[in-house]
Amino acid sequence: MKTSEAAGVRLMRRRYLKQTIFFTLVRASALLIVLALGGVLFHIFYHGISAISWEFITRPPTDSMTKGGILPAILGTIYLTVGAIAVGLPLGIASAIYLTEYAKQGRVIRLIKVGINCLAGVPSVVFGLFGLGFFVIFLGFGSSILSGSLTLGFLILPTIIGAAEEALKGVPQTFREASLSLGVSKWQTIYRIVLPNALPGILTGSILGIGRAAGETAPIMFTAAAYFTAKLPGSIFDEVMALPYHIYVLATAGTHIEATRPIQFGTVLVLVAVVLGIDLVAIVIRGYMRRNKRW
Amino acid sequence: MAANDIIRIHRVNFYYGAVRALTDISMQFEKNKVTALIGPSGCGKSTLLRLLNRMNDLIDGTRVEGEILFEGRNIYAPQVDPVEIRRKIGMVFQKPNPFPKTIYNNITYGPRLNGVSAADLPGLVEQSLRQAVLWDEVKDILDKSAMNLSGGQQQRLCIARALAMKPDVLLMDEPTSALDPISTAKIEELVEELKRHYTIIIVTHNMQQAARISDQTAFFYLGNLIEYNKTEKIFTKPDVKQTEDYITGRFG
Repeated sequence: MKTSEAAGVRLMRRRYLKQTIFFTLVRASALLIVLALGGVLFHIFYHGISAISWEFITRPPTDSMTKGGILPAILGTIYLTVGAIAVGLPLGIASAIYLTEYAKQGRVIRLIKVGINCLAGVPSVVFGLFGLGFFVIFLGFGSSILSGSLTLGFLILPTIIGAAEEALKGVPQTFREASLSLGVSKWQTIYRIVLPNALPGILTGSILGIGRAAGETAPIMFTAAAYFTAKLPGSIFDEVMALPYHIYVLATAGTHIEATRPIQFGTVLVLVAVVLGIDLVAIVIRGYMRRNKRW
Repeated sequence: MAANDIIRIHRVNFYYGAVRALTDISMQFEKNKVTALIGPSGCGKSTLLRLLNRMNDLIDGTRVEGEILFEGRNIYAPQVDPVEIRRKIGMVFQKPNPFPKTIYNNITYGPRLNGVSAADLPGLVEQSLRQAVLWDEVKDILDKSAMNLSGGQQQRLCIARALAMKPDVLLMDEPTSALDPISTAKIEELVEELKRHYTIIIVTHNMQQAARISDQTAFFYLGNLIEYNKTEKIFTKPDVKQTEDYITGRFG
């Protein structure tokens, strides 16, 4: 009796010990991720904040880009990102509607889905070269906001399709049935009921795409980004500076790489801020849409 | 065929892929009567109900044989638009499924998309909610979300929403199975009231409910129509032993 009780206590202790070790490991991994993110942000902030000034964000670069500001690059990145969303979001949502609502599930659909996944795995420089060949040269858009937005739009397309598919599938089937049973057509059902209820989810997924569109360098290198231009773009056919490409230029191809370190960090800080800013807008819109959503 | 049959089913077989769910069903539904479809789970009664407004069209790989005549016209004829059929044959589902919109917009959703003019909408909302005996409870909160209503209120809202389309037939698929006894009683009273203007076909698992509210009862088993007769007859002296076994609780 006594020995079995002692064995029972030992077993309990062993189980608690195992639990403690496991929980510690899980906590540690979560903490590690936060630390890594915090470390990167702190590093950028610490080195970059000294470069930030009113002049830095409102003036074009001067003195072979060793002084002055980065306004053209900020605006360029905003234009390109918004352009990419304008291209990617409607196209992505339309594709997702076709895939989830209209298409008969079968071999063709599986093939299309494999294709979309492959598209997501294509290196971004390949998108850049495709953009150069197709939009810049073949369609004659030149190196411009239009070409860059289209290229980035295609780049984020798989992300948006994936997010939109999940969001559409998340709308309860009972909503579709209720609408159809009232003698409402399929398209009206999708447009009036399914899509409005899926939009918050679509936006959530698209936020990931926004970050990617704003941060990519390779796709815009050949299609939109200028090495240097002090003038601000006047139309979508103009070339622009862009933050990621500007950072790349300053850090690798400039004439005074060491001397411009603070500007480089400052530019990175601004890029992070711009991405967060655009995300924030999407989050606010999503919050507004979610107000009536409850099921 | 009696002159006041509104729907006639003639030798209908129905398949989910290779599985036959309904076998050689022929029956009629009388106008302004309540017909109950009863039987154990999987017997095909809900499948039959959803055939009447072509809701099974939404499921890939289904196939219908035979004819379903609504006011003399085969609703499965190739030139028939299912959207048109669903305007005339409304449906209430097992679980209340209001849209995440206001109470008012839940009612006006269907009529508005079907061309009812904006000036007629407020009157239609009141009329539909009164018919569904919900008006007094919600008349001051028409602009509030329908999701805030209780389950029983939501189901009556769904009935009002279906009535707003002014259908000829109302299909009800176990409309009280997700509701408490008080809400259930309200819906049953409502059905009594509604049959003066509408033809009601109701699927139910609840024997007492079928006995209480229906004029005709059809008993299904394994995809076959076993017995179809006046409710009183079915529940007092059914002709078939299977029916008797089922309603007395010996199986199912």
